Amino acid sequence: MNSEELAWKIRKHSVDMVHESHASHIGAALSAADILAVLYTEVLNINPESPDSDDRDRFVMSKGHAGVAVYSVLAEMGFFPVKWLSTYYQNGSNLSGHISHKNVPGVEISTGSLGHGCVMACGMAMAAKSADKLHHVYTLVGDGECNEGSVWEMAMIASRFKLDNFTVIVDRNGMQAMGYCEDIMPTAPMASKWESFGWSVTEVGDGNNHEQLRRAFAISSTGKPKCIIANTVKGKGISFMENNLLWHYRDPQGEFYEKAIKELEACRP
Amino acid sequence: MRNTFINKITEMAQNNKKIMVVTADLGYSVLEGFRDLYPSRYFNVGISEQAMASVAGGLALEGNIVITYSIGNFSTLRCIEQIRNDICYHNANVKIVSVGGGFSYGQLGMSHHATEDIAMMRTIPGMKVLVPSDPEEAAAAAEYVINTDGPCYIRLAKNREPKLYDKTDYKLDKMYRLTSGNGKAALISCGPVLKNVISAAEILESENIIADIYSSPCVSPLDTASLKEIIDSYDFVFTVEEHNVTGGLGGAVAEVISGYPDRKAVLHRLGLQNCFASIVGDHDYLCEQYGISAGKIADAVRGIIK
Repeated sequence: MNSEELAWKIRKHSVDMVHESHASHIGAALSAADILAVLYTEVLNINPESPDSDDRDRFVMSKGHAGVAVYSVLAEMGFFPVKWLSTYYQNGSNLSGHISHKNVPGVEISTGSLGHGCVMACGMAMAAKSADKLHHVYTLVGDGECNEGSVWEMAMIASRFKLDNFTVIVDRNGMQAMGYCEDIMPTAPMASKWESFGWSVTEVGDGNNHEQLRRAFAISSTGKPKCIIANTVKGKGISFMENNLLWHYRDPQGEFYEKAIKELEACRP
Repeated sequence: MRNTFINKITEMAQNNKKIMVVTADLGYSVLEGFRDLYPSRYFNVGISEQAMASVAGGLALEGNIVITYSIGNFSTLRCIEQIRNDICYHNANVKIVSVGGGFSYGQLGMSHHATEDIAMMRTIPGMKVLVPSDPEEAAAAAEYVINTDGPCYIRLAKNREPKLYDKTDYKLDKMYRLTSGNGKAALISCGPVLKNVISAAEILESENIIADIYSSPCVSPLDTASLKEIIDSYDFVFTVEEHNVTGGLGGAVAEVISGYPDRKAVLHRLGLQNCFASIVGDHDYLCEQYGISAGKIADAVRGIIK
Protein backbone atom coordinates (compact mmCIF):
# COMPACT_ATOMS: atom_id res chain seq x y z
CA MET A 1 0.00 0.00 0.00
CA ASN A 2 1.44 3.39 -0.88
CA SER A 3 0.99 6.53 1.19
CA GLU A 4 -1.82 7.92 -0.99
CA GLU A 5 -3.80 4.71 -0.66
CA LEU A 6 -3.26 4.62 3.09
CA ALA A 7 -4.26 8.28 3.48
CA TRP A 8 -7.47 7.55 1.60
CA LYS A 9 -8.21 4.57 3.82
CA ILE A 10 -7.54 6.62 6.95
CA ARG A 11 -10.09 9.17 5.74
CA LYS A 12 -12.67 6.55 4.79
CA HIS A 13 -12.34 4.57 8.03
CA SER A 14 -12.31 7.73 10.14
CA VAL A 15 -15.47 9.14 8.55
CA ASP A 16 -17.21 5.78 8.90
CA MET A 17 -16.14 5.29 12.52
CA VAL A 18 -17.12 8.79 13.60
CA HIS A 19 -20.41 8.45 11.71
CA GLU A 20 -21.25 5.07 13.26
CA SER A 21 -20.30 6.06 16.79
CA HIS A 22 -21.45 9.70 16.81
CA ALA A 23 -17.96 10.69 17.90
CA SER A 24 -16.21 14.04 17.41
CA HIS A 25 -12.86 15.34 16.15
CA ILE A 26 -13.17 14.18 12.53
CA GLY A 27 -11.63 17.47 11.35
CA ALA A 28 -8.44 16.79 13.31
CA ALA A 29 -8.17 13.23 12.00
CA LEU A 30 -8.51 14.44 8.41
CA SER A 31 -5.83 17.11 8.78
CA ALA A 32 -3.35 14.55 10.16
CA ALA A 33 -4.18 11.73 7.73
CA ASP A 34 -1.44 12.52 5.24
CA ILE A 35 1.28 12.98 7.87
CA LEU A 36 0.38 9.60 9.34
CA ALA A 37 0.20 7.94 5.95
CA VAL A 38 3.69 9.06 4.94
CA LEU A 39 5.12 8.24 8.36
CA TYR A 40 3.75 4.71 8.47
CA THR A 41 4.41 3.73 4.85
CA GLU A 42 7.83 5.30 4.34
CA VAL A 43 9.46 6.60 7.50
CA LEU A 44 8.88 4.46 10.58
CA ASN A 45 10.89 1.28 11.03
CA ILE A 46 8.12 -0.88 12.46
CA ASN A 47 6.82 -4.39 12.04
CA PRO A 48 3.24 -5.36 12.83
CA GLU A 49 4.47 -8.91 13.51
CA SER A 50 6.61 -7.66 16.41
CA PRO A 51 5.05 -4.42 17.61
CA ASP A 52 7.18 -4.37 20.78
CA SER A 53 10.58 -5.10 19.24
CA ASP A 54 13.30 -3.16 20.98
CA ASP A 55 14.74 -1.56 17.85
CA ARG A 56 11.45 -0.29 16.45
CA ASP A 57 10.95 3.41 15.85
CA ARG A 58 8.49 4.91 18.31
CA PHE A 59 5.53 7.06 17.28
CA VAL A 60 3.49 8.88 19.91
CA MET A 61 0.19 10.53 18.97
CA SER A 62 0.27 13.52 21.28
CA LYS A 63 -2.91 15.04 19.80
CA GLY A 64 -4.83 12.05 21.10
CA HIS A 65 -8.23 13.36 20.06
CA ALA A 66 -7.39 12.34 16.50
CA GLY A 67 -6.82 8.76 17.63
CA VAL A 68 -9.36 7.49 15.13
CA ALA A 69 -6.82 8.18 12.39
CA VAL A 70 -4.09 6.16 14.12
CA TYR A 71 -6.41 3.24 14.79
CA SER A 72 -7.21 3.28 11.07
CA VAL A 73 -3.50 3.22 10.17
CA LEU A 74 -2.69 0.40 12.55
CA ALA A 75 -5.57 -1.74 11.30
CA GLU A 76 -4.55 -1.21 7.68
CA MET A 77 -0.90 -1.93 8.50
CA GLY A 78 -1.87 -5.23 10.10
CA PHE A 79 -1.30 -4.48 13.77
CA PHE A 80 -4.83 -5.67 14.46
CA PRO A 81 -7.82 -6.76 12.37
CA VAL A 82 -9.65 -4.08 10.39
CA LYS A 83 -12.91 -5.36 11.84
CA TRP A 84 -11.83 -4.04 15.26
CA LEU A 85 -12.46 -0.54 13.90
CA SER A 86 -16.20 -1.12 14.11
CA THR A 87 -15.85 -1.37 17.92
CA TYR A 88 -14.52 2.19 18.15
CA TYR A 89 -16.30 4.18 20.89
CA GLN A 90 -18.55 1.21 21.70
CA ASN A 91 -19.25 -0.17 25.17
CA GLY A 92 -16.59 -2.71 26.14
CA SER A 93 -14.21 -1.75 23.32
CA ASN A 94 -10.46 -1.15 23.60
CA LEU A 95 -10.66 1.73 21.10
CA SER A 96 -11.52 4.83 23.11
CA GLY A 97 -12.18 8.22 21.56
CA HIS A 98 -8.82 9.57 22.68
CA ILE A 99 -6.09 7.15 21.77
CA SER A 100 -5.43 4.29 24.17
CA HIS A 101 -2.54 1.81 24.25
CA LYS A 102 -4.15 -0.82 26.44
CA ASN A 103 -4.75 -4.00 24.44
CA VAL A 104 -4.18 -2.09 21.20
CA PRO A 105 -1.04 -3.36 19.41
CA GLY A 106 1.03 -0.57 17.89
CA VAL A 107 -0.09 2.24 20.17
CA GLU A 108 2.83 3.29 22.37
CA ILE A 109 1.11 5.67 24.76
CA SER A 110 -2.39 6.73 25.78
CA THR A 111 -2.99 10.43 25.41
CA GLY A 112 -5.90 12.85 25.32
CA SER A 113 -4.78 15.57 27.69
CA LEU A 114 -2.71 17.86 25.50
CA GLY A 115 0.98 18.46 26.12
CA HIS A 116 1.59 15.03 27.64
CA GLY A 117 2.42 12.55 24.88
CA CYS A 118 5.09 14.64 23.21
CA VAL A 119 6.89 15.03 26.54
CA MET A 120 6.76 11.30 27.22
CA ALA A 121 8.12 10.80 23.70
CA CYS A 122 10.98 13.12 24.63
CA GLY A 123 11.70 10.84 27.61
CA MET A 124 11.70 7.84 25.28
CA ALA A 125 14.23 9.57 23.05
CA MET A 126 16.38 10.39 26.10
CA ALA A 127 16.28 6.72 27.09
CA ALA A 128 17.43 5.71 23.60
CA LYS A 129 20.29 8.22 23.67
CA SER A 130 21.33 7.13 27.13
CA ALA A 131 21.50 3.49 26.02
CA ASP A 132 23.15 4.26 22.63
CA LYS A 133 20.20 2.80 20.76
CA LEU A 134 19.70 3.77 17.15
CA HIS A 135 15.93 3.96 16.77
CA HIS A 136 14.12 7.26 16.27
CA VAL A 137 11.19 8.71 18.21
CA TYR A 138 8.46 10.68 16.42
CA THR A 139 5.52 12.54 17.90
CA LEU A 140 2.64 14.44 16.34
CA VAL A 141 1.33 17.53 18.12
CA GLY A 142 -1.39 19.98 17.16
CA ASP A 143 -0.75 23.70 16.80
CA GLY A 144 -3.49 24.35 19.36
CA GLU A 145 -1.66 21.89 21.62
CA CYS A 146 1.30 24.25 21.48
CA ASN A 147 -0.66 26.54 23.83
CA GLU A 148 0.34 24.08 26.55
CA GLY A 149 3.39 25.19 28.53
CA SER A 150 4.62 21.62 28.84
CA VAL A 151 5.25 21.54 25.07
CA TRP A 152 7.80 24.30 25.51
CA GLU A 153 9.33 22.67 28.59
CA MET A 154 9.86 19.69 26.32
CA ALA A 155 11.25 21.94 23.57
CA MET A 156 13.93 23.19 25.97
CA ILE A 157 14.75 19.74 27.29
CA ALA A 158 15.07 18.04 23.89
CA SER A 159 17.38 20.82 22.76
CA ARG A 160 19.43 20.72 25.97
CA PHE A 161 19.99 16.98 25.58
CA LYS A 162 20.70 17.27 21.82
CA LEU A 163 18.04 14.72 20.91
CA ASP A 164 18.76 14.29 17.20
CA ASN A 165 16.89 10.98 17.47
CA PHE A 166 13.66 12.87 18.09
CA THR A 167 11.23 14.51 15.65
CA VAL A 168 8.19 16.57 16.53
CA ILE A 169 5.67 17.08 13.75
CA VAL A 170 3.29 20.00 14.22
CA ASP A 171 -0.05 19.45 12.51
CA ARG A 172 -0.54 23.13 11.86
CA ASN A 173 -4.14 23.22 10.72
CA GLY A 174 -4.63 26.67 12.20
CA MET A 175 -7.69 25.86 14.28
CA GLN A 176 -8.33 24.98 17.88
CA ALA A 177 -11.37 24.29 20.04
CA MET A 178 -12.94 27.76 19.92
CA GLY A 179 -11.74 29.14 16.60
CA TYR A 180 -8.66 30.05 14.59
CA CYS A 181 -5.41 29.73 16.54
CA GLU A 182 -4.36 33.20 15.52
CA ASP A 183 -7.51 34.64 17.09
CA ILE A 184 -7.54 32.50 20.23
CA MET A 185 -3.86 32.30 21.13
CA PRO A 186 -1.48 33.19 18.34
CA THR A 187 1.37 30.72 17.91
CA ALA A 188 2.97 32.44 14.91
CA PRO A 189 5.74 32.64 14.04
CA MET A 190 5.80 28.93 14.73
CA ALA A 191 9.02 28.07 12.89
CA SER A 192 11.16 30.72 14.55
CA LYS A 193 9.77 29.75 17.95
CA TRP A 194 11.12 26.22 17.57
CA GLU A 195 14.33 27.48 15.99
CA SER A 196 14.91 29.81 18.90
CA PHE A 197 14.54 26.85 21.25
CA GLY A 198 17.43 25.20 19.41
CA TRP A 199 15.60 22.91 17.01
CA SER A 200 16.30 22.09 13.41
CA VAL A 201 13.07 23.22 11.74
CA THR A 202 11.59 22.27 8.38
CA GLU A 203 8.39 23.95 7.27
CA VAL A 204 6.12 22.09 4.86
CA GLY A 205 4.07 24.51 2.79
CA ASP A 206 1.33 21.98 2.11
CA GLY A 207 1.23 19.50 4.95
CA ASN A 208 -1.31 17.39 3.10
CA ASN A 209 1.05 16.93 0.14
CA HIS A 210 2.89 13.64 0.39
CA GLU A 211 5.88 14.58 -1.71
CA GLN A 212 6.48 17.69 0.39
CA LEU A 213 6.14 15.65 3.60
CA ARG A 214 8.48 13.00 2.20
CA ARG A 215 11.17 15.59 1.54
CA ALA A 216 10.79 17.03 5.03
CA PHE A 217 11.17 13.64 6.71
CA ALA A 218 14.27 12.94 4.60
CA ILE A 219 16.18 15.92 5.98
CA SER A 220 18.46 14.71 8.76
CA SER A 221 19.53 16.66 11.78
CA THR A 222 22.74 16.21 13.75
CA GLY A 223 23.07 17.39 17.31
CA LYS A 224 19.61 18.93 17.40
CA PRO A 225 16.04 17.65 17.68
CA LYS A 226 13.97 18.11 14.56
CA CYS A 227 10.65 19.90 14.14
CA ILE A 228 8.52 19.56 11.02
CA ILE A 229 5.82 22.17 10.78
CA ALA A 230 3.20 20.79 8.43
CA ASN A 231 0.74 23.45 7.27
CA THR A 232 -2.38 21.36 6.90
CA VAL A 233 -6.08 21.95 6.38
CA LYS A 234 -8.45 20.93 9.12
CA GLY A 235 -11.08 18.61 7.68
CA LYS A 236 -8.91 18.04 4.57
CA GLY A 237 -10.57 15.94 1.88
CA ILE A 238 -14.24 16.61 2.66
CA SER A 239 -15.15 19.98 1.14
CA PHE A 240 -17.72 21.12 3.68
CA MET A 241 -15.52 20.11 6.63
CA GLU A 242 -12.45 22.00 5.47
CA ASN A 243 -11.54 24.91 7.77
CA ASN A 244 -14.91 24.60 9.46
CA LEU A 245 -14.80 24.50 13.27
CA LEU A 246 -18.17 22.77 13.43
CA TRP A 247 -16.49 19.52 12.38
CA HIS A 248 -14.27 19.54 15.42
CA TYR A 249 -17.45 18.52 17.18
CA ARG A 250 -20.14 17.25 14.81
CA ASP A 251 -20.38 13.75 13.41
CA PRO A 252 -21.58 13.39 9.81
CA GLN A 253 -25.07 11.94 9.52
CA GLY A 254 -27.70 11.77 6.80
CA GLU A 255 -26.95 13.88 3.77
CA PHE A 256 -23.66 15.03 5.28
CA TYR A 257 -22.42 11.48 5.59
CA GLU A 258 -23.60 10.62 2.08
CA LYS A 259 -21.86 13.67 0.63
CA ALA A 260 -18.66 12.91 2.54
CA ILE A 261 -18.56 9.35 1.23
CA LYS A 262 -19.37 10.51 -2.30
CA GLU A 263 -16.50 12.98 -2.22
CA LEU A 264 -14.11 10.34 -0.91
CA GLU A 265 -15.18 7.79 -3.51
CA ALA A 266 -14.60 10.38 -6.23
CA CYS A 267 -10.94 10.73 -5.32
CA ARG A 268 -10.10 7.14 -4.47
CA PRO A 269 -6.51 6.48 -5.60
CA MET B 1 16.85 11.28 55.64
CA ARG B 2 16.92 12.67 52.10
CA ASN B 3 20.68 12.05 51.92
CA THR B 4 20.27 8.57 53.38
CA PHE B 5 17.61 7.79 50.78
CA ILE B 6 19.57 9.15 47.84
CA ASN B 7 22.82 7.58 49.03
CA LYS B 8 21.06 4.23 49.16
CA ILE B 9 19.70 4.75 45.64
CA THR B 10 23.18 5.73 44.44
CA GLU B 11 24.65 2.62 46.05
CA MET B 12 22.07 0.38 44.36
CA ALA B 13 22.64 2.12 41.01
CA GLN B 14 26.14 0.69 40.87
CA ASN B 15 24.78 -2.80 40.17
CA ASN B 16 21.40 -1.85 38.77
CA LYS B 17 22.07 0.00 35.53
CA LYS B 18 18.39 0.69 35.01
CA ILE B 19 18.24 3.24 37.83
CA MET B 20 17.99 6.82 36.56
CA VAL B 21 17.45 10.15 38.32
CA VAL B 22 15.49 13.08 36.88
CA THR B 23 15.45 16.32 38.83
CA ALA B 24 13.61 19.57 38.22
CA ASP B 25 16.71 21.51 39.23
CA LEU B 26 16.69 20.73 42.94
CA GLY B 27 18.96 18.53 45.03
CA TYR B 28 21.96 20.78 45.67
CA SER B 29 24.41 18.89 47.92
CA VAL B 30 22.21 15.77 47.59
CA LEU B 31 22.26 14.56 43.98
CA GLU B 32 25.83 15.39 42.96
CA GLY B 33 27.08 11.93 43.97
CA PHE B 34 24.68 10.17 41.62
CA ARG B 35 25.29 12.75 38.89
CA ASP B 36 29.06 12.35 38.99
CA LEU B 37 29.02 8.56 39.14
CA TYR B 38 26.34 7.98 36.50
CA PRO B 39 26.18 11.03 34.22
CA SER B 40 24.37 9.15 31.42
CA ARG B 41 21.59 8.22 33.84
CA TYR B 42 21.14 11.64 35.43
CA PHE B 43 18.93 14.32 33.87
CA ASN B 44 18.36 17.80 35.22
CA VAL B 45 15.41 18.94 33.09
CA GLY B 46 15.34 22.42 34.57
CA ILE B 47 12.56 23.97 36.60
CA SER B 48 9.81 22.08 34.79
CA GLU B 49 8.03 19.60 37.00
CA GLN B 50 5.33 18.72 34.48
CA ALA B 51 7.98 17.74 31.96
CA MET B 52 9.95 15.95 34.67
CA ALA B 53 6.98 13.65 35.33
CA SER B 54 6.21 12.99 31.65
CA VAL B 55 9.87 12.50 30.71
CA ALA B 56 10.21 10.07 33.62
CA GLY B 57 7.20 8.18 32.27
CA GLY B 58 8.84 7.93 28.84
CA LEU B 59 12.19 6.84 30.30
CA ALA B 60 10.46 4.21 32.43
CA LEU B 61 8.46 2.79 29.53
CA GLU B 62 11.81 2.04 27.91
CA GLY B 63 12.68 -0.29 30.78
CA ASN B 64 14.28 2.03 33.31
CA ILE B 65 13.63 2.62 37.02
CA VAL B 66 13.28 6.38 37.24
CA ILE B 67 13.54 8.57 40.34
CA THR B 68 12.03 12.05 40.07
CA TYR B 69 13.15 14.56 42.67
CA SER B 70 11.87 17.92 43.85
CA ILE B 71 10.35 19.71 46.83
CA GLY B 72 7.00 18.58 48.34
CA ASN B 73 4.31 20.11 46.19
CA PHE B 74 6.46 20.59 43.10
CA SER B 75 7.07 16.93 42.32
CA THR B 76 3.45 16.06 43.16
CA LEU B 77 0.68 18.67 42.98
CA ARG B 78 2.34 20.73 40.26
CA CYS B 79 2.25 17.80 37.87
CA ILE B 80 -0.55 15.65 39.23
CA GLU B 81 -2.20 15.07 35.85
CA GLN B 82 1.13 13.94 34.39
CA ILE B 83 1.49 11.57 37.34
CA ARG B 84 -2.04 10.25 36.83
CA ASN B 85 -1.99 9.87 33.05
CA ASP B 86 1.64 9.41 32.07
CA ILE B 87 2.97 7.50 35.07
CA CYS B 88 0.14 5.67 36.82
CA TYR B 89 -2.13 4.87 33.86
CA HIS B 90 0.90 3.43 32.07
CA ASN B 91 2.10 1.66 35.24
CA ALA B 92 5.45 3.32 34.57
CA ASN B 93 8.25 2.36 36.93
CA VAL B 94 8.70 5.86 38.34
CA LYS B 95 9.56 6.69 41.94
CA ILE B 96 8.43 10.19 42.81
CA VAL B 97 10.52 11.67 45.60
CA SER B 98 9.60 14.81 47.42
CA VAL B 99 11.69 16.41 50.09
CA GLY B 100 10.45 18.86 52.68
CA GLY B 101 7.26 16.95 53.50
CA GLY B 102 4.81 18.52 55.95
CA PHE B 103 6.23 21.52 57.79
CA SER B 104 9.89 20.75 57.04
CA TYR B 105 10.24 24.13 55.35
CA GLY B 106 8.07 25.85 57.94
CA GLN B 107 9.24 29.45 57.65
CA LEU B 108 9.26 29.37 53.85
CA GLY B 109 5.51 29.66 53.87
CA MET B 110 2.41 28.08 52.38
CA SER B 111 3.94 27.26 48.98
CA HIS B 112 6.50 25.02 50.67
CA HIS B 113 4.19 23.29 53.14
CA ALA B 114 3.33 19.86 51.74
CA THR B 115 0.16 19.05 53.63
CA GLU B 116 -2.15 17.49 51.01
CA ASP B 117 0.38 15.48 48.99
CA ILE B 118 -0.20 12.12 50.67
CA ALA B 119 -3.94 12.37 50.02
CA MET B 120 -3.53 13.31 46.38
CA MET B 121 -0.93 10.66 45.62
CA ARG B 122 -2.83 7.98 47.50
CA THR B 123 -5.97 8.36 45.43
CA ILE B 124 -4.31 7.66 42.09
CA PRO B 125 -4.77 3.98 41.20
CA GLY B 126 -1.53 2.00 41.28
CA MET B 127 0.44 4.47 43.36
CA LYS B 128 2.22 3.21 46.46
CA VAL B 129 2.81 5.87 49.11
CA LEU B 130 5.70 5.73 51.58
CA VAL B 131 6.29 8.21 54.38
CA PRO B 132 9.40 7.18 56.34
CA SER B 133 9.94 8.59 59.81
CA ASP B 134 13.71 8.29 60.22
CA PRO B 135 16.83 7.56 58.17
CA GLU B 136 16.55 3.80 58.63
CA GLU B 137 12.98 3.78 57.35
CA ALA B 138 14.14 5.99 54.46
CA ALA B 139 16.85 3.49 53.54
CA ALA B 140 14.31 0.67 53.73
CA ALA B 141 12.02 2.75 51.50
CA ALA B 142 14.81 3.10 48.91
CA GLU B 143 15.25 -0.67 48.77
CA TYR B 144 11.51 -1.23 48.69
CA VAL B 145 10.81 1.11 45.76
CA ILE B 146 13.69 -0.17 43.64
CA ASN B 147 12.51 -3.74 44.17
CA THR B 148 8.80 -2.96 43.65
CA ASP B 149 7.56 -2.58 40.09
CA GLY B 150 5.31 0.39 39.32
CA PRO B 151 4.71 3.92 40.56
CA CYS B 152 5.72 4.87 44.11
CA TYR B 153 5.66 8.12 46.03
CA ILE B 154 8.29 8.65 48.70
CA ARG B 155 7.72 11.61 50.99
CA LEU B 156 10.90 12.62 52.78
CA ALA B 157 11.69 15.46 55.16
CA LYS B 158 15.08 17.17 55.20
CA ASN B 159 18.36 16.08 56.70
CA ARG B 160 19.71 15.00 60.05
CA GLU B 161 16.45 13.59 61.38
CA PRO B 162 17.34 11.25 64.28
CA LYS B 163 16.92 7.51 64.35
CA LEU B 164 13.69 7.04 66.30
CA TYR B 165 13.61 3.38 67.32
CA ASP B 166 15.28 -0.01 67.04
CA LYS B 167 13.96 -2.19 64.25
CA THR B 168 13.95 -5.93 64.80
CA ASP B 169 12.19 -8.13 62.22
CA TYR B 170 11.26 -4.91 60.49
CA LYS B 171 9.19 -4.72 57.31
CA LEU B 172 8.55 -1.34 55.74
CA ASP B 173 5.09 -2.25 54.46
CA LYS B 174 3.86 -3.45 57.85
CA MET B 175 2.75 -1.38 60.83
CA TYR B 176 5.55 -1.71 63.38
CA ARG B 177 4.80 -1.53 67.11
CA LEU B 178 7.44 0.35 69.06
CA THR B 179 6.01 -0.38 72.49
CA SER B 180 4.89 -3.28 74.70
CA GLY B 181 1.34 -3.68 73.45
CA ASN B 182 -0.41 -3.15 76.79
CA GLY B 183 -1.77 0.30 76.14
CA LYS B 184 -5.31 1.57 76.23
CA ALA B 185 -4.79 3.62 73.10
CA ALA B 186 -2.87 3.06 69.90
CA LEU B 187 -1.07 5.97 68.27
CA ILE B 188 -0.44 5.29 64.58
CA SER B 189 1.87 7.67 62.77
CA CYS B 190 4.01 8.15 59.69
CA GLY B 191 6.86 10.51 58.91
CA PRO B 192 9.20 12.37 61.26
CA VAL B 193 6.27 13.56 63.42
CA LEU B 194 6.63 10.07 64.93
CA LYS B 195 9.28 11.71 67.13
CA ASN B 196 6.56 13.86 68.71
CA VAL B 197 4.34 10.83 69.12
CA ILE B 198 7.08 9.01 71.02
CA SER B 199 7.56 12.03 73.30
CA ALA B 200 3.79 12.33 73.77
CA ALA B 201 3.62 8.69 74.90
CA GLU B 202 6.38 9.38 77.42
CA ILE B 203 4.43 12.32 78.82
CA LEU B 204 1.30 10.17 79.08
CA GLU B 205 3.20 7.30 80.68
CA SER B 206 4.41 9.63 83.40
CA GLU B 207 0.73 10.16 84.15
CA ASN B 208 0.05 6.41 84.10
CA ILE B 209 -1.73 6.60 80.75
CA ILE B 210 -0.26 3.87 78.58
CA ALA B 211 -0.40 4.32 74.84
CA ASP B 212 1.16 2.05 72.23
CA ILE B 213 2.93 3.49 69.23
CA TYR B 214 2.80 2.13 65.70
CA SER B 215 4.91 3.35 62.82
CA SER B 216 3.09 2.99 59.52
CA PRO B 217 5.40 4.35 56.80
CA CYS B 218 3.46 2.55 54.10
CA VAL B 219 0.28 4.62 53.78
CA SER B 220 -0.71 2.89 50.56
CA PRO B 221 -1.20 0.02 50.46
CA LEU B 222 -2.02 0.21 54.15
CA ASP B 223 -1.25 -2.80 56.37
CA THR B 224 -4.91 -3.64 56.85
CA ALA B 225 -4.24 -6.92 58.67
CA SER B 226 -2.36 -5.15 61.47
CA LEU B 227 -4.93 -2.38 61.51
CA LYS B 228 -7.73 -4.90 61.97
CA GLU B 229 -5.94 -6.32 65.01
CA ILE B 230 -5.39 -2.83 66.38
CA ILE B 231 -9.03 -1.76 66.13
CA ASP B 232 -10.10 -4.96 67.88
CA SER B 233 -7.52 -4.59 70.66
CA TYR B 234 -7.68 -0.96 71.72
CA ASP B 235 -10.45 1.32 72.91
CA PHE B 236 -8.94 4.30 71.15
CA VAL B 237 -6.94 4.73 67.97
CA PHE B 238 -5.25 8.03 67.14
CA THR B 239 -3.61 8.78 63.82
CA VAL B 240 -0.95 11.47 63.90
CA GLU B 241 0.40 13.01 60.72
CA GLU B 242 2.07 16.14 59.43
CA HIS B 243 -0.67 16.51 56.85
CA ASN B 244 -4.31 17.38 56.48
CA VAL B 245 -6.48 14.84 58.30
CA THR B 246 -8.56 14.53 55.13
CA GLY B 247 -7.20 11.87 52.85
CA GLY B 248 -3.88 11.23 54.53
CA LEU B 249 -2.98 8.48 56.99
CA GLY B 250 -6.04 9.30 59.09
CA GLY B 251 -8.25 9.19 56.05
CA ALA B 252 -6.75 5.89 54.92
CA VAL B 253 -7.31 4.35 58.36
CA ALA B 254 -10.86 5.69 58.48
CA GLU B 255 -11.67 4.16 55.11
CA VAL B 256 -10.47 0.74 56.21
CA ILE B 257 -12.08 0.62 59.64
CA SER B 258 -15.43 1.84 58.36
CA GLY B 259 -15.76 -1.67 56.96
CA TYR B 260 -15.65 -3.13 60.46
CA PRO B 261 -18.70 -1.82 62.35
CA ASP B 262 -18.10 -4.20 65.29
CA ARG B 263 -14.66 -2.80 66.01
CA LYS B 264 -13.69 -1.95 69.55
CA ALA B 265 -11.77 1.22 68.83
CA VAL B 266 -12.93 4.78 68.27
CA LEU B 267 -10.76 6.70 65.78
CA HIS B 268 -9.42 10.23 66.28
CA ARG B 269 -7.32 11.91 63.61
CA LEU B 270 -4.67 14.44 64.60
CA GLY B 271 -3.11 16.69 61.98
CA LEU B 272 -4.14 19.80 60.10
CA GLN B 273 -7.89 20.09 60.46
CA ASN B 274 -8.74 21.04 56.87
CA CYS B 275 -6.76 24.26 56.92
CA PHE B 276 -3.57 25.79 55.58
CA ALA B 277 -0.77 26.73 57.92
CA SER B 278 -0.70 30.49 57.47
CA ILE B 279 1.32 31.35 60.55
CA VAL B 280 5.06 31.94 60.13
CA GLY B 281 7.16 29.54 62.13
CA ASP B 282 9.70 26.78 62.17
CA HIS B 283 8.84 23.11 62.11
CA ASP B 284 8.41 22.69 65.86
CA TYR B 285 6.45 25.92 66.17
CA LEU B 286 3.99 24.93 63.45
CA CYS B 287 3.55 21.45 64.96
CA GLU B 288 2.64 23.15 68.23
CA GLN B 289 0.26 25.58 66.52
CA TYR B 290 -1.53 22.84 64.59
CA GLY B 291 -1.84 20.30 67.35
CA ILE B 292 0.86 17.76 66.57
CA SER B 293 3.63 18.70 69.01
CA ALA B 294 4.37 16.17 71.75
CA GLY B 295 2.48 18.28 74.29
CA LYS B 296 -0.53 18.81 72.04
CA ILE B 297 -0.73 15.15 71.09
CA ALA B 298 -0.58 14.20 74.78
CA ASP B 299 -3.30 16.77 75.54
CA ALA B 300 -5.55 15.35 72.83
CA VAL B 301 -5.09 11.75 73.94
CA ARG B 302 -5.53 12.58 77.62
CA GLY B 303 -8.64 14.63 76.93
CA ILE B 304 -10.34 11.89 74.99
CA ILE B 305 -9.49 8.73 76.90
CA LYS B 306 -9.87 10.05 80.45
